[in-house]
Amino acid sequence: MEEELKVIVFKLGSEEYGIEVDKVQTIERMMPITRVPKTFSFVKGVINLRGVVIPVIDLRGRFSLRETEYTDQTRIVIVGVDDMQVGFIVDSANDVIDIKRDAIDSPPEVVGGVKARYLRGVAKLEDARLLIMLNLNEVLNKSEVVQLESIEG
Amino acid sequence: MDMNQYLSMFIDESNDHLQSLNENMLQLEGSPEDLGIVQVIFRSAHTLKGMAATMGFEDLASLTHKMENVLDLVRNEKLKMQDFIFDTLFKSLDALENMVQDITGGGEGKADVSSIVASLQAIESGEWTGGTAPVTEVNQSSSTVTPSAVELDEFQYSVLDQSIAEGHRVLYIEVLVSEQSQLKGVRAYMVFDMLERSGEIVKSFPTVQDIEQEKFERSFSLYYITTKEAQELEKGIMSISEIESAKVIQLDQETLQQMTNQAAATAEVEAAPVPAPVDAPPEPSSSSKEEPKKPVVTKTAAPKQAAAPSRTIRVDIERLDVLMNLFSELLIDRSRLEQLASETGNNDLSDTVAHLSRVSTDLQNIVLKLRMVPVDTVFNRFPRMIRDLAKTLDKKIDLVITGAETELDRTVIDEIGDPLVHLLRNAVDHGVESIAERVAAGKPELGTVNLRAFHSGNHVFIEIEDDGKGIYRDNLLRTAVKRGVVTEEQGAKMSDDEVNQLLFAPGFSTADKISDISGRGVGLDVVKSKITSLGGNVTIHSTPGKGTNFSVQLPLTLSIIAAMLVRLGSEKYAVPLSSIVETAIVQREQVRNIHGNKMITFRESLIPYLSLSEVFGVPDFNDADEQETEIVVIRKGERLAAVAVEEFIGQSEIVLKSMGTYLPAIEGISGATILGDGQVALILDPNAFIK
Repeated sequence: MEEELKVIVFKLGSEEYGIEVDKVQTIERMMPITRVPKTFSFVKGVINLRGVVIPVIDLRGRFSLRETEYTDQTRIVIVGVDDMQVGFIVDSANDVIDIKRDAIDSPPEVVGGVKARYLRGVAKLEDARLLIMLNLNEVLNKSEVVQLESIEG
Repeated sequence: MDMNQYLSMFIDESNDHLQSLNENMLQLEGSPEDLGIVQVIFRSAHTLKGMAATMGFEDLASLTHKMENVLDLVRNEKLKMQDFIFDTLFKSLDALENMVQDITGGGEGKADVSSIVASLQAIESGEWTGGTAPVTEVNQSSSTVTPSAVELDEFQYSVLDQSIAEGHRVLYIEVLVSEQSQLKGVRAYMVFDMLERSGEIVKSFPTVQDIEQEKFERSFSLYYITTKEAQELEKGIMSISEIESAKVIQLDQETLQQMTNQAAATAEVEAAPVPAPVDAPPEPSSSSKEEPKKPVVTKTAAPKQAAAPSRTIRVDIERLDVLMNLFSELLIDRSRLEQLASETGNNDLSDTVAHLSRVSTDLQNIVLKLRMVPVDTVFNRFPRMIRDLAKTLDKKIDLVITGAETELDRTVIDEIGDPLVHLLRNAVDHGVESIAERVAAGKPELGTVNLRAFHSGNHVFIEIEDDGKGIYRDNLLRTAVKRGVVTEEQGAKMSDDEVNQLLFAPGFSTADKISDISGRGVGLDVVKSKITSLGGNVTIHSTPGKGTNFSVQLPLTLSIIAAMLVRLGSEKYAVPLSSIVETAIVQREQVRNIHGNKMITFRESLIPYLSLSEVFGVPDFNDADEQETEIVVIRKGERLAAVAVEEFIGQSEIVLKSMGTYLPAIEGISGATILGDGQVALILDPNAFIK
């Protein structure tokens, strides 16, 4: 039997990314963000999500893509992994689709761009769209970030 | 069946039972004859065993089962409580606690408890070298008292002793004939017959004649010399029908002597003109040479109500947090509504909003109260700790707890345990003198440590007071000078209380040698900083020769604190009021550079000047551009520092919020709060600014 996966689709630039729907708690419009000093550059700060203080990451920054101005389309995707809640700032998010599990291929070897380790795979959709499935645990992996920062610093 | 959903319940209840076991054991130690307490202990252990077995924690279940067996003997008066049993049971409780902790941490609750189990088993079977053949089984319907240990005359004793010395096997056998047996004498005869075929019965009780005439209750016992294995014999006896149980114990010279001692004691009881077998069971022989020491008497001044039916429910702390969050949302909406109502000027709306405000204020109080927990949850482990401590140090200490029902916020409760442990240890180790010293000073042998909790205003006080030797100013100053904490001139000018406060100075310890009890490499300075970090304070008062009082002042709750809101450009920060000394304005030229550090003169002393905008890299403000700068003078212990900000917004009560697990710990930031307009403001950690 073919297993179907519900996926939230969001965009960074022209590329489409997917996160399993059960990892996503809510999608919010842009809201005031309080800057947190002395943290990773891609951490934009913290927001008040209905009484809970949640850190927000610019996903472009996390993937070392060029950061852009926020627009009306900009969304904060709140994901929860284990006990950790984090908001991802993405260019837009407005689709939920079903994809078949076997439509996900392992990530291709890429040179540059988003590091392959952040990717769980690439899903080929019917209308020839490619959907990049994120490996949330890696995206939220802090130990690797610390290394990165220290090399840069 | 998925047990996970029951796990937290299991852990909570196990902890409750362990706590009650500990408390009741301590009580029992004070009055070992009280079988009522034994019953309570037994029931608790029994429930715990059942729960553990249901949840599949085999080690836990089997250890409790062994404890239960021992307790069962005690409550049926077949065994007398005494030091060794207490110690073993306490050790078992410790082991159980560790197991439950392991389970709490996601483990299987496994632990190597073989030595404890062995001790328990030895107690149960009476093999334990402390010598306790089960105590007299009494049957009121008959005048025959059946002492368990058989009294030997000198000749018999020497025969047995000799046999052991020569390497023969000397056994003590106790046989219980089934209750339904119609022909007890016959059964007994069969046992004797079997035994005589492979060895020699030296002595039996009752005598063989009595047994033959059925002049005995269900049990009889005998000393026996044989070449056969104890187990083999036991099996042999049990194979005779209508024998309920047979206990075969191999004796060595030591146990033989103990048993005969005990028997002699029994005989004395019997010989007493009015035999009172129930009330005067034989003294446990092992400790008969020295009086059993009761190192600690523990009592709770406010007696607990006996098992009042529970009027509480357990609520997951996370759910409470969610409730708090939702509630703060409601408060933000409320202030928005109030603002709108005043803008529109609609009377009906204003009235409704005013009512809503009142209701929500009451609600807020209740929600906050839900987080309050009696300090009892921390205090309850102290009696046991003091008992063990006193025992180790060979002191006699009475721990008197008052105000255990005083309530504190859950977050404070979680944090306050360690500092209190430290202070109590300090009181027992350094405060209360040894028995000899106390006697010499004309004090009672029994030292008293008072542990008090009470409310006062917006604070809770916890006091630890001992009636020990107190603090001698000269000694303390000498040590302080020696350790370089103060100079002699400084010391001479200090008041007594200031001198006492030196105890909290970092790296200070008056103990000449580091003891196992309170000198674990951390001094009272750690206690002090912990309490300060909770927004509290600790003071010492001492009368030399009379005792010392440590008074810990704590805020009612940690989740709401008073803070000063400050602005730097577009950013707002909250500074805890508890660490602010004062606010002021300084001119640019007052800030001086001293060896590369910015300093200002404040109240005739130089203190460091910190630019918050520089430290935090605030994008739209820098105090260096200002002619006049607002400063907040903050304090960490005795040291001060000035932190430059742009503007004071005002004082406010703020609700502390965690920043979640993703962000790394940021130096200088202790958390976040949500302001009335829904914005998040970061809370400064002033301690980080003073190094």
